[in-house]
Amino acid sequence: MFPSLNHYLILSAALFCIGAAGVLTRKNAIIIFASIELMLNAVNLAFAAFARHWGDVSGQIFVIFSLAVAAAEVAVGLAIIVALFRHKESVNIDDVNLMKW
Amino acid sequence: MIELLSQAAFWLFIIVTVGSAVVVVFHKRVIYSAFALLFTFFGVAGLYVFLAADFLAASQVLIYVGGILTLIIFGVFVTAKIYTMTIPQQTHQRFLALIPVLVIAGVLMYVLFTADWKVIDHPNQPTTARLGKLLLTTYLVPFEVASVLLLAALIGAMRLARPREEDHEQ
Repeated sequence: MFPSLNHYLILSAALFCIGAAGVLTRKNAIIIFASIELMLNAVNLAFAAFARHWGDVSGQIFVIFSLAVAAAEVAVGLAIIVALFRHKESVNIDDVNLMKW
Repeated sequence: MIELLSQAAFWLFIIVTVGSAVVVVFHKRVIYSAFALLFTFFGVAGLYVFLAADFLAASQVLIYVGGILTLIIFGVFVTAKIYTMTIPQQTHQRFLALIPVLVIAGVLMYVLFTADWKVIDHPNQPTTARLGKLLLTTYLVPFEVASVLLLAALIGAMRLARPREEDHEQ
């Protein structure tokens, strides 16, 4: 069978690493969010691949829950970013050190 | 012929997904990153179709592209002088950040190639009906918890993003 499990898992690992690189190197809070979404997508892809190759749709149920959590996370996260921008006129995470020390 | 076309489509989806993900992470302008995310989400939706996950492909387009991406682009428009914001996007720690990324990649690849994955070959079937049954029987409690989580997130997001009372009075 051509698109084998490994194809999807390697793609998923690559997406996850790209997202991790984004979280670690970018300073704009919105891009960090986008990178987190990339990592979530990578994990979802792995779940769906396992569900397909194990022949059990439970894996897809996990993807649905992960979608719900991602939606909640983005809603709250962007609300925080909007509140932050109202206070500091910036979305640079270096300006956010209120809870750092 | 069909086989060849489907392989070509598969590789096309992979290239679109990975390529646009790289643009998301490394492009200097925020607005380009936000729109590149659109192609990543569509690419993943296409791969769901290859995985016989029809319902997931549809909800990926609806939720990620219709909801999350719209929110992110909205966030970009609200918060930035977007077209000029090229500085300071990267930290000075690019090479330092490379270390954990390479460690993660190494661990993932090690697991991937050493684990003995059990693969069952079986024909593609539509999954929507089976998903619906599972959600309302085995996974009923998590399903309800997820809906409570979404409600809480909705209320919390509104509370956070709302201007303060004293701001209104001025």
